[in-house]
Amino acid sequence: MRLLAILLMGLTVLGQMSYAQSGPLRIEITDGVVEPLPYAVPDFVAESAGADKLAADLSRVIAADLSGTGLFREIPAKAHISQITNFASPVQYSDWKAINAQALITGAVTVSGDSLEVKFRVYDVFAGQELGNGLRFKGTTDGWRRMAHKVADAVYSRITGEGGYFDSRVVFVSETGPKNDRRKRLAVMDYDGANLQYLTDSNAIVLAPRFSPSGDRVLYTSYETGFPRVFVLDVGSVKRKVLQDQEGTMSFAPRFSPDGNSVLMSITQNGNTDIYSMPINGGQPRRLTSSPSIDTAPSYSPDGKQIVFESDRSGNQQLYVMPASGGEPKRISFGQGRYGTPVWSPRGDLIAFTKQNKGRFHIGVMRTDGSEERLLTASFLDEGPTWAPNGRVIMFTRETQGSDGSASLYSVDVSGRNLKKVPVQGGASDPAWSPLQ
Amino acid sequence: MSGFTKVALLLASLALSACSNTGVFGGDDTLGGSTTEANYELGSVDDPNSVAHFQSVVGDRVLFTVDQSDLTEEGKQILLSQANWLLANTAFTAVIEGHADEQGTREYNLALGARRASAVKEFIVSRGVAGSRLRTVSYGKERPLEVCSAEACYAQNRRAVTVLQADLSG
Repeated sequence: MRLLAILLMGLTVLGQMSYAQSGPLRIEITDGVVEPLPYAVPDFVAESAGADKLAADLSRVIAADLSGTGLFREIPAKAHISQITNFASPVQYSDWKAINAQALITGAVTVSGDSLEVKFRVYDVFAGQELGNGLRFKGTTDGWRRMAHKVADAVYSRITGEGGYFDSRVVFVSETGPKNDRRKRLAVMDYDGANLQYLTDSNAIVLAPRFSPSGDRVLYTSYETGFPRVFVLDVGSVKRKVLQDQEGTMSFAPRFSPDGNSVLMSITQNGNTDIYSMPINGGQPRRLTSSPSIDTAPSYSPDGKQIVFESDRSGNQQLYVMPASGGEPKRISFGQGRYGTPVWSPRGDLIAFTKQNKGRFHIGVMRTDGSEERLLTASFLDEGPTWAPNGRVIMFTRETQGSDGSASLYSVDVSGRNLKKVPVQGGASDPAWSPLQ
Repeated sequence: MSGFTKVALLLASLALSACSNTGVFGGDDTLGGSTTEANYELGSVDDPNSVAHFQSVVGDRVLFTVDQSDLTEEGKQILLSQANWLLANTAFTAVIEGHADEQGTREYNLALGARRASAVKEFIVSRGVAGSRLRTVSYGKERPLEVCSAEACYAQNRRAVTVLQADLSG
């Protein structure tokens, strides 16, 4: 069996690649550009009356997910020779080979009341066989986009061998108003910008939300007491409570531990900012750094054993790693410029960061020992990376310059390819990606 | 094609419930006003004990150089006058707001603004004003005064502002 799975190389190899058209399906590394894998996803078959629109919409979301990665290219319906009118009928491979569809995704939709059932199959066209088993998802009609993302995640996983990331959400700061009177409120949306919901009003500045490992809670910084304080908010009920409110201090830059039981944050007292951990259910913060420098932006390794953070103890912002219990930090960034906002990849292999050098901002990644630094973006102001649940894509804030400058969310592949704006109405900053739902 | 009919559809039941809080903050919210309201009269600039005098004659703010929280000589002169004003007007407390320009990451700028506010507080306290009358807060790069992306604006945004409040506790 020919393996579509070799597309995996397209995700892991950092060099330039092109897709070989003849012979077994494979990716070859050349000095060309990446040729995305051609696929077809005909409108899903409506197996109940009135399901036609939903069936078509589902296929469109699946195609947007797959093509949006930059690794796949959809062959549009008008080029199709065969039509899929019956999910159970054999596939005419020759018709799909003729239009060079390497992968074919077929599906069927049944609606009954508000319940929705989606079936799908993936075919390796040139091998003439199915790739994996058919799958069936059941849910409700108002969750139809999530079902489409589930299907796309399954297809993506089968073809790349990687975990998916489409069935995920992003919590971020929605921005309105001019630069000198900006209004900020927390919002959450699907990773692709759909299903936007606000979580707070804009009466107080809110900053840098972070999901809990289970995705049901969000840590963030709010000025609602008049001073920056770390809050925790329940996404379902939007109930919130302050976590740290010691008089005479500020707290910010919170992040959950991988087990969700404790929170890292920066606390500032007498002008000095250090890193603390505290139980999510309250209790005394425990101090993890004690230097006269600015120690902030802490992030756990996925195994919870280490913390990467930024500090200006050397004279300017650099990245350091220390044991989760505190202790002597080890500097890992040594390139030119300043390094901040480090975030450990969910795969554990890389640390993403913001770099400032010669008046430009970059999002970059490095190995956890600081080696193999690579810059993925460059602009007037890029900052605050967050990892997709599969560790393959990074989302961040890009702010444009000037008096009418505004913030937007962008995403980029960890290889540096496929830089694109995330569709959000209005200004948006400080994204944080949820785990896979 | 032979394998086609053998493949069983696997059932993966998902609890895909709708989000429950749509509408809580679903629409446009009203823009919030300032969280702190002035609880005093500005008074006349000519009155040395007026808030107006403090703001425009004494000077309610000091500026900082790039990425620094050290006070400039000019800044120290202004803060000396602020300290004297506070010593003469004991019915007032103050919140010192530290700010940074937009050229920096959000968290770092929050910490930098805190350093600046703290440097101002320490100076004023060193001139005899009780520390209990002064609180500090950092806004990082969240509240720029000037909006251009050039040093002329950045210089005005790297500031610490002493915001008076009438002490209503006594």
